[in-house]
Amino acid sequence: MNASEQAEFEEEEAISGTGEGDEIMEEAEEQEDGYTSSTPTSTLTWISWFCSLPGHEYFCEVTEDFIEDDFNLTGLNTLVPFWKEAMEMVLDVEPDEDTSKIPDVSIVESSAEMLYGLVHQRYILTRVGLAAMVDKYEAGVFGSCPRVYCLGTNVVPCGRSDMYGLDTVKLFCPNCNDIYVPPSSRYQGVDGAFFGTTFAHLFFQTYRELAPAPFWKAPPSSSMSNSPRLSTSSMTHSTPTFVNPNPHGGQKRAAGYVYVPRIYGFKVSERAKCGPRMQWLRLRPESPEELDMVDWRGRWIDDEDDDYDEDEEEEEDRQMEDFDPDANDDDDDDEEEEEEEEEKPVKPLSTGRQHADAPTGSARTTPTSNPSARPVITAISLPKMNTSIGDGKLRVIRQWSPAVGLAA
Amino acid sequence: MLHRAVEEVSTGSDSDYSSSWISWFLSSKGNEYFCEVDEDFILDRFNLTGLNVEVSNYTQALDLITDQLDDDIQDELRGSLDVQARLLYGLIHARWIVTARGLTKMIEKYRRAEFGRCPRVLCQPQPLLPVGLTDIPYEKSVKLYCGRCEDLYSPKSSRHGSIDGAYFGTTFPHLLFLVYPTLIPPKVGTADSGAGSTSGTTTREGENRVRRRLREEMDPAIAEGGGENISTASVALKAERYKPRIYGFQLNEIAKLQRWQEAVRDRQVARLEELEERGS
Repeated sequence: MNASEQAEFEEEEAISGTGEGDEIMEEAEEQEDGYTSSTPTSTLTWISWFCSLPGHEYFCEVTEDFIEDDFNLTGLNTLVPFWKEAMEMVLDVEPDEDTSKIPDVSIVESSAEMLYGLVHQRYILTRVGLAAMVDKYEAGVFGSCPRVYCLGTNVVPCGRSDMYGLDTVKLFCPNCNDIYVPPSSRYQGVDGAFFGTTFAHLFFQTYRELAPAPFWKAPPSSSMSNSPRLSTSSMTHSTPTFVNPNPHGGQKRAAGYVYVPRIYGFKVSERAKCGPRMQWLRLRPESPEELDMVDWRGRWIDDEDDDYDEDEEEEEDRQMEDFDPDANDDDDDDEEEEEEEEEKPVKPLSTGRQHADAPTGSARTTPTSNPSARPVITAISLPKMNTSIGDGKLRVIRQWSPAVGLAA
Repeated sequence: MLHRAVEEVSTGSDSDYSSSWISWFLSSKGNEYFCEVDEDFILDRFNLTGLNVEVSNYTQALDLITDQLDDDIQDELRGSLDVQARLLYGLIHARWIVTARGLTKMIEKYRRAEFGRCPRVLCQPQPLLPVGLTDIPYEKSVKLYCGRCEDLYSPKSSRHGSIDGAYFGTTFPHLLFLVYPTLIPPKVGTADSGAGSTSGTTTREGENRVRRRLREEMDPAIAEGGGENISTASVALKAERYKPRIYGFQLNEIAKLQRWQEAVRDRQVARLEELEERGS
């Protein structure tokens, strides 16, 4: 780096048309610069020294010509205090004589860090910057998603704001589209603005083969490899080639499992107070077409009752896949019904144990084992049984009301 | 750690000698997730049904846990016995934490956030609960369940990442929230570990939707009688989520996916609210 820097300076000198003697003088000075520069070792530039500091692993090295191009720095000089001194420090230029007016070197150091960080935010959005970051990404420098069912998808650094000083750096996972706190506290000192809000997403727009597709179908067998290391390039997959019909979308096979809470092996019903409420957050449709069933306002386009219910059924079976496929290869419809029944004993049992004095529960949360209560359940999940439903509903209402009366 | 155990037991006159195997086990590094199993729970053979098949040298391992092991056992055996004792303690632990007393002990640890906090930025700083992916030992390591985003995360530290998930079981966190619905974390706002007390106003069955919403807004300050009357039907609507943007603009495909996910959510909320109304 120093060599190239020197070469540049020599070039500048040559252009400025100074005499031969001057040039030699300059060179001599340059030599001195190397020894007196603020970097700990003369072989390191400030930039590579900065990037090698513990906690700065996420940074890539911004090329000096990027920093030297004033256009790239537009507006930054109003944000960074001691702009000139900071610039000199970052570019390893020997400071002017009047450095004495700066009270403390550490102030310049923090300015230099801020300057470098903000330039870094812009640099990593360029083609070269993205390329530098993809190398780090593939080497796993940024770590992997802490979420279990993202199966170790690599993450990228991400800011929550483009303004300096608001929040520290976070990590964006392209599989769950969520942001996480870096696992190590040494990143607590790194400002999120040094990576910015845009980078993570531009990165996955640029490298679409690294972005998981928005739909996912449970593999028929457990043979499918979800290892992010293998699937960084989806084409090298041993499984059939994965294609997203949307050429502008993610081209990588997603890791789509959603966690299903279980109590003694039984799924917790969504009708329980503590039942699952957040599975939608991680859910993917089975096919890309399903994405189009929701309009731009977030409403189902074809919200007819029949469709509604049928969807329901499909989803419940598919998305709730467990990590091991063996656990849910039961028949879908049967499974639902069976579980309704099987769950019942669990709730009264446990509530009874813990709150001996509490009522054994309302009819709503602890359905009785009365089989006539079932039509309510089926009315929601099994629309095909329409003929029997009306009847069932009525009966249920009649039979449930005394139960409520008793509880009250 | 293993030889430490051996040492401690064999060099009997140590100051550590007085402390029991269990307290030694709990205080050793990496075992922070475990809570203390009451001795009478271990001594009740009914609670250990079937474990003699899982653990070799079952009787001696049990004696080691309960500090009743004869001193004249050879050192080589002690080494392997320690491994078995850990396995046995872990399996007993999985059963213990789903009892009333075990849950209480784990809630204390949960309130102190001893299992760590959710790494998800929008859940911060929600304390986590340990959970296994299977109840069979030697299959999957322990994971952490966040009651707020209802998802699973891997422990940050590798020393926790190597604990067997079967020592906590698949049931524990869900049973905890089933039994103590007041502890279910709110989906929005700062999560003080484990919400409030179990006291509070007793609300009546059959609230209408407006009143229920009102109550939810005051949640979790308001608890209820027995936890039967909290409504969680529409809590998901309040959950925050991250929306990726490039220069302030949403991304087509991700935005589409997120709209779809929210539509799924809204449908579930509608379904649950309908159920609630029907039940009232």
